[in-house]
Amino acid sequence: MISALALCLAVSGARAVWADAPQGTPSIFAPASTPATNIRDLSLFVLSITGGIFVVVGGLLAWAIFRYRARKTDDDSEPAQIYGSTQVELAWTVIPILIVVVLFLTTARIIFAIQDAPKPPAALEVTVVGHQFWWEFRYPKLGIVTANELHVPVSSKQDPKPTYLHLLSADVDHSFWVPQLAGKTDLIPNHPNDTWIDPLHPGLYVGQCAQFCGVEHAKMLLRVYVDPPDEFAAWVNQQKQPGVQDASVVAGRHVFETQACTNCHRITGTAAAGTFGPDLTHLASRATIASGAALNTPENLRAWIQDPDHLKPGALMPAMQLNGEQIDELVAYLNTLH
Amino acid sequence: MADQTLPIAGTVDVTPRRRSTATLLEWLHGWVVTVDHKRLGILYLVYGIFFLLVAGAEAIAIRIQLAWPGMHFLSPELYNEMFTMHGTTMVFLVGMTIIFGFANYLVPLMIGARDMAFPRLNAFSFWMSAFGGLLLYYSFIGGFGLYGMGAAPDVGWWAYAPLTARAFSPGHATDYWALALIVAGFGTLGTAINVIATTLSMRCRGMSLLRMPLFVWLMLVVSGLTLITITPLTAAQIMLVIDRYLGSHFFDTQAGGSAVVWMHFFWIFGHPEVYVLVMPAFGIASEIIPVFSRKAIFGYPAMVAASVGIAFVSLGVWAHHMFTVGMTSVGNAFFVLSTMLVGIPTGIKIFNWVATVWGGKIRFATPMLFCLGFLFQFLIAGLTGIMLSVAPWNWQLHNSYFVIAHFHYVLVGAIVFNIFAGIYYWYPKVTGRMLSETLGKWHFWLFLIGFHLTFDTMHFVGILGMPRSIYTYEPDRGWNSLNLIISLGGMIQGIAVLIFALNLVHSYFKGKVAGNDPWDAWTLEWAVPSPPPVYNFATDPVVHSRRPLWDLKHPEDPDWRYEG
Repeated sequence: MISALALCLAVSGARAVWADAPQGTPSIFAPASTPATNIRDLSLFVLSITGGIFVVVGGLLAWAIFRYRARKTDDDSEPAQIYGSTQVELAWTVIPILIVVVLFLTTARIIFAIQDAPKPPAALEVTVVGHQFWWEFRYPKLGIVTANELHVPVSSKQDPKPTYLHLLSADVDHSFWVPQLAGKTDLIPNHPNDTWIDPLHPGLYVGQCAQFCGVEHAKMLLRVYVDPPDEFAAWVNQQKQPGVQDASVVAGRHVFETQACTNCHRITGTAAAGTFGPDLTHLASRATIASGAALNTPENLRAWIQDPDHLKPGALMPAMQLNGEQIDELVAYLNTLH
Repeated sequence: MADQTLPIAGTVDVTPRRRSTATLLEWLHGWVVTVDHKRLGILYLVYGIFFLLVAGAEAIAIRIQLAWPGMHFLSPELYNEMFTMHGTTMVFLVGMTIIFGFANYLVPLMIGARDMAFPRLNAFSFWMSAFGGLLLYYSFIGGFGLYGMGAAPDVGWWAYAPLTARAFSPGHATDYWALALIVAGFGTLGTAINVIATTLSMRCRGMSLLRMPLFVWLMLVVSGLTLITITPLTAAQIMLVIDRYLGSHFFDTQAGGSAVVWMHFFWIFGHPEVYVLVMPAFGIASEIIPVFSRKAIFGYPAMVAASVGIAFVSLGVWAHHMFTVGMTSVGNAFFVLSTMLVGIPTGIKIFNWVATVWGGKIRFATPMLFCLGFLFQFLIAGLTGIMLSVAPWNWQLHNSYFVIAHFHYVLVGAIVFNIFAGIYYWYPKVTGRMLSETLGKWHFWLFLIGFHLTFDTMHFVGILGMPRSIYTYEPDRGWNSLNLIISLGGMIQGIAVLIFALNLVHSYFKGKVAGNDPWDAWTLEWAVPSPPPVYNFATDPVVHSRRPLWDLKHPEDPDWRYEG
């Protein structure tokens, strides 16, 4: 009865899931990278074994409940009292042990395959630093620093180009999780971690921080852009440039450089060299602001600068108490930073 | 058959009962100074049920906030306080108090003792736990101390360092959390010692260890496990307070401390804690399922061995909560194996319950309905547990809603279901009146439907990548309709629990009079009147088997003839 209900729910739930799911759903069953694919295959294997156990044991239980229900026609006598059976106990001890052995060996193989995969020399290296409540991405060999939107090259079986991520934290625990690319790995202060991805299809993959890290944990979103080789090369080339110097927005630049903005943010080519907040040298090249909390439009940027707490309550960026004119100039300047 | 007087030596019948003439103040005073195990058991249970309603209300608030993306029902700060308090309350103020309430009330009755081994320690333990709970909830008023408005703890019930450091959690909310758990923890330790001493030294004549009811066995095992697990938690809390106020750096990563050490401390408490909570639920099921199947428990020695085995193995699995923190591959593989091993004794338990039902004559009274729900749900919870033990898959599922679904399947689907079963089963013994079967069935079916809407659906939304602890989510992730279903299920469970609360109050005054033995059961507590008199038994009863009342009811076919 209950298992039938559960089964119905499971089926209808699954339908709702697949019907409702738009392209942007970060399902662990839609992998696009070797670690995520290995995990998906392993999980289907485990699911088939556990599903089999559920059908057998749940079926026996349901049958027993139905078959041995008390009936109106029963007399008052008690059923036969059976106290146990050593053979039966042995059987249902040994069979699970065998199942555990199979599951363990299969699991161990995948653990070693993913966790101890040797780093090929062609691998791209990125250092990820978790902050309350945003992501810093550093490409040490390319001299690039950016935030919240990770760009990596597409990989392929013939020409593997994996990305190795070195995970650090500037404050509390965070966790890097883009379900379609790999399982999650935590960013823990004083405890560097490593993980890797080799996305096989270009596109945008979303994820978010998966370890509670404070007030705005929910809006510590992650975007991973997997670029075809030429696009990635172009992106790298652009990110290596210093901040754009546009004479028409010099007033905005002046606001930026003379306010406390410079304490936390960096724009190469200017006096701003702060490291507490995201690097803004190429802010206008990013699709979102505030770690994915809003699209990077002039209106949102304006609202964000005016009162960060309104867009993302609990964000650590303070409202700078600028007047309307200053904010307009500042937004105009930031919009030129491609 | 129900009301026949059973000639168990030493049961006293105190009828006719005189109405108490005490004033309200005397009555209250009686409850405060009591050292009677039954009264303390009732205090524990009432206290636990009260906080069940509080934590349930917190869960409802959480589910309203998450029903639609971008809701503004709770602020991010308040949301974080709600899930922290919900978790902390359910584990420490609901789970622990209710299981020890059952233990207090039932263990002495079941083993034919007149009280617990240390009645005063018993009272002390209850009041420590009670004040721990009050201290935790006082944070809503006093969390910021003199700074002004209060704030409850908001660091999650796992309270990972260094978020709990003063740099990231100023004010006093985190201190209330740590101190409340230290205080409540001492109460828990006292009760655990008491249960162990009682079961080992207060059994009546003939009650050998292998004749104890399984509920008593499980409480003995749980109490032993509690002694081992509460200790590291208390130590970690004290270290945290020293970090915060005396400038040490155990968990202060800014000064070279370790966040990972906190995780080890917390989970070497936290994982066995799950078994501390679930094994009394096993005990309840092991009492109820045989009575309503009209059969002796199948494989009693195997059940005892499996319980001890689970407790033992559970001490070596804690780091399966830490597969994502960057342990070595060998370390990960070790904890995969140890975690999977738990499945073996747990499987033995499920198989034995199924075998107990097999060949019986099942009566579907409310306690049995809840136990049958438990069997299915615990089977599923065990299987999702196997899935989570597969470390690579865990890298995906960890901290997602799949994990929330899994542990609510254990904590609600197994533990809360069996707590309800136990309350329906023993309420007549405690109050002398039956709970309403009509309201009971409404409670069961509504709760069952709500439970499955909520927690089945959570598995799917977790697989679709939704992490836990988030106060809102993006509308384009495909999680919207699933979250609405989850919230709807939560509301249905809320209604069911209100029906249960109504039943508790209504039946206390209007319920059918129960008599000594309304379920035609077999353990010693049903030999005494309902409610049992002070000191339970006038002289020590004598038993000859695991089911002394069966022997009396069936002198032609007594158990002792078959038990080895």
